[in-house]
Amino acid sequence: MSEQYAIECRGITKIFGGKVTANDHVDLQLKFGEILALLGENGSGKTTLMNMLSGIYRPDGGTIFVRGEEVFINSPVDAMNLGIGMIHQHFKLVNVFSAMDNIAIGTKGRRLSTAKMREKIREISSRFGLEVDPDKKIYDMSVSEKQTVEILKVLYRGSDILILDEPTAVLTPQETEKLFAILKKMRDEGKAIIIITHKLNEVMEISDRVSVLRKGKSVASVNTAETDELKLTELMVGHSVDLSIRRPETDKKDGVLKVSGLSVTGAEGMKMLKDVSFEVKGGEILGVAGVAGSGQKELCEAITGLIPFEQGSVKLEDTELKGKSPFEILNLGVSISFVPEDRLGMGLVSSMGITDNMLLRTYYKTPGLFIDRKPAKEMADKLIDRLQILTPGTETPVRLLSGGNVQKVLLGREIESAPRVLITAYAVRGLDINSSYAIYDLLNEQKEKGVAVLNIGEDLDVLLALCDRILVLCHGEVTGIVDAKNTTKEQLGLLMTGIKQEKEAAHV
Amino acid sequence: MNFWVNFIVAAVVAGTPLLFGTLGEIMNERVGHLNLGVEGMMSLGAIAGFMVGYKTDNFALAMIAAFLSGAAGALVYAVVTVTFMANHTVAGLTLTIFGIGLTNVIGFHYLGMSESGTLKLPEQITQQMRSIHIEGLSDIPVIGDLLFQYNPFVYLGIVFAILLALFYNRTKAGLNVIAIGENPAAADAAGVHVTAWKYVNIVIGGGICGIGGAFTIMITNGGVWISDCVGGLGWIAVALVIFATWKPMNAIWGAFVFGAMRILKYYVNKEIIHIPDAFYDMLPFLVTAIILVVVSVRQVKDKAQPAACGTNYFREDR
Repeated sequence: MSEQYAIECRGITKIFGGKVTANDHVDLQLKFGEILALLGENGSGKTTLMNMLSGIYRPDGGTIFVRGEEVFINSPVDAMNLGIGMIHQHFKLVNVFSAMDNIAIGTKGRRLSTAKMREKIREISSRFGLEVDPDKKIYDMSVSEKQTVEILKVLYRGSDILILDEPTAVLTPQETEKLFAILKKMRDEGKAIIIITHKLNEVMEISDRVSVLRKGKSVASVNTAETDELKLTELMVGHSVDLSIRRPETDKKDGVLKVSGLSVTGAEGMKMLKDVSFEVKGGEILGVAGVAGSGQKELCEAITGLIPFEQGSVKLEDTELKGKSPFEILNLGVSISFVPEDRLGMGLVSSMGITDNMLLRTYYKTPGLFIDRKPAKEMADKLIDRLQILTPGTETPVRLLSGGNVQKVLLGREIESAPRVLITAYAVRGLDINSSYAIYDLLNEQKEKGVAVLNIGEDLDVLLALCDRILVLCHGEVTGIVDAKNTTKEQLGLLMTGIKQEKEAAHV
Repeated sequence: MNFWVNFIVAAVVAGTPLLFGTLGEIMNERVGHLNLGVEGMMSLGAIAGFMVGYKTDNFALAMIAAFLSGAAGALVYAVVTVTFMANHTVAGLTLTIFGIGLTNVIGFHYLGMSESGTLKLPEQITQQMRSIHIEGLSDIPVIGDLLFQYNPFVYLGIVFAILLALFYNRTKAGLNVIAIGENPAAADAAGVHVTAWKYVNIVIGGGICGIGGAFTIMITNGGVWISDCVGGLGWIAVALVIFATWKPMNAIWGAFVFGAMRILKYYVNKEIIHIPDAFYDMLPFLVTAIILVVVSVRQVKDKAQPAACGTNYFREDR
């Protein structure tokens, strides 16, 4: 038999609902003491494959070997017993529990005393360089602290095979670096680690080997040292691609959207935005960077009138938006395609088709008692054609579409209303390379039309390449507005952690 | 002095069926299932307890029947909501309507068959439900009256509450159960058998509600059958769960406070304070409404409803 692989998958097949083949004879090998990056576009079957290893799904064909023995993983308990621990993209933590209690859920044996538990956690933490307060409640934690708890959970159960599903999606560059240091330490202790990610630079930095999936099939497994980002992209997409993001030069028009001294108090009396001032010019993309929860959501909602603000002003050219209803603001040409944590939450009605979602923005414009669906249907057809939206039809509920297509529907509808200001938040979150570039092109197109685009983003590389200027938020304060052309990722990272920019450099 | 002792004793007795209903509903909500069928499950417990007692003359069998019928109602609810993932509110309301309806149908049927036009439990059983008397302890003035001379139900309810509190706070299984109510996906990923624990908790919770229902007919009505014997107590219990902030120990004194409100009208001197009886009948509901407002305004995270309460969990949901 083969040498002792931590995990070996042979010919794994998973078919959903009898027709959608998510995994088609996938092979995968993972050794102890290595970090394997699993790379692939959306819908390439990465998460499906990992869910089979962690007991969420069951394979329809093929065999899984763990430590050289054939296994059947029917539930998360089975996976746990085999030493496989998964750190899910969306944290699976109980908010009202302390870190300690979260770690204790589902473990075997009696409930340990607080002191013993604390001791055990400290022991593991110090071994791998993790920092966490065992008594801190999850709801008081930052994203990166929550992730640390997830990792501890897995280590506490003695897992030596770790699967991380897009762990860096929510982290700042500094936090990512810290995480990578921890992962490397775990690898050096002989643990086997699989990391799922879209980000090629991270693959290059952290992994020893890369396995690439495309459309549910395993395409290649290569040693990281023998490849580069371009080759990996080609493997992933299946044809050569241009990785650079366009940043067209445009004529800027001053003062399209002017925000000055904006302060917003949140539901719990916390200051969510403190004295925020900036301007978005026509024909420019202003990026907004910041750790999740730094006030991005409040900023979007204040501008569009969804939440009231007590101080400051928001001006669209010469019109003051303060005190106007979201409906009035929308009709003035401020369009928002806000994508909250779940894509379908605020923008679209998930159970309605594309046509009906178009109608949401136009139904009140037609006079009379009845709704005319014809123009909306035409618009839906036009969008499907122009943006190459993949859907079985205009009446298919949008929740059944893939993430990239949902995003195209949402953005397409907003753009169709010919806005003067376009606000997008996390427009490419969770999208694969092809869809992401389609969205970037859409934004650039609007920019060239002279629209003022405010783009809340999370991938700093993308922000730096796409935007003209970048505003950095930290705890609701603007810590800097920088020119994207001559700023580095590290500088942005520092601003995101609250180290303010020198006064002189602030005027770019 | 005597007045206060009598008042407190009466409040405790009046609060006991509420305590059972509340504990049962806490068990439901702690695994994330908002079960509005408490009134129905209590009704089922009342008719089953009464009829089995009536036919067999056996107190223990009557209690078991009350528990099992409440549990059976809860089992239907569990199948519908846990396995088939129906809406909790609709399923619960249906259970309430069904439970009350079935109970009254059976009650009317037997009432029609009886010669005297009334149904009364045999002496043998009423004897056993009487207040206990412990030689020495029960005779202590005041303390004996306050602590050692209740009917067996009162002690059973308190023991249930304490056991449930110990389960939640001291055992690993209890921690797992709370985790299910807060975030079933997290519990599932951590290796907790979500579905199994939901069934166990919902069904036992229903059984406890059933015992509460039996109390209303056996103690409150002295073993004489009347229709609609539960009379809205199940709804107060649902509210009491909020009052108790989902903690069994709080349910004990919460139930007794609400019990006091139920009997207040008999202890107020009508010569001095002229308020219609209807006001006192309304009092528990008024207090519940106020509590709901206060709780939702305060928004203390640790004292809030279990986060996943009212939602169904499907592992492969995306």
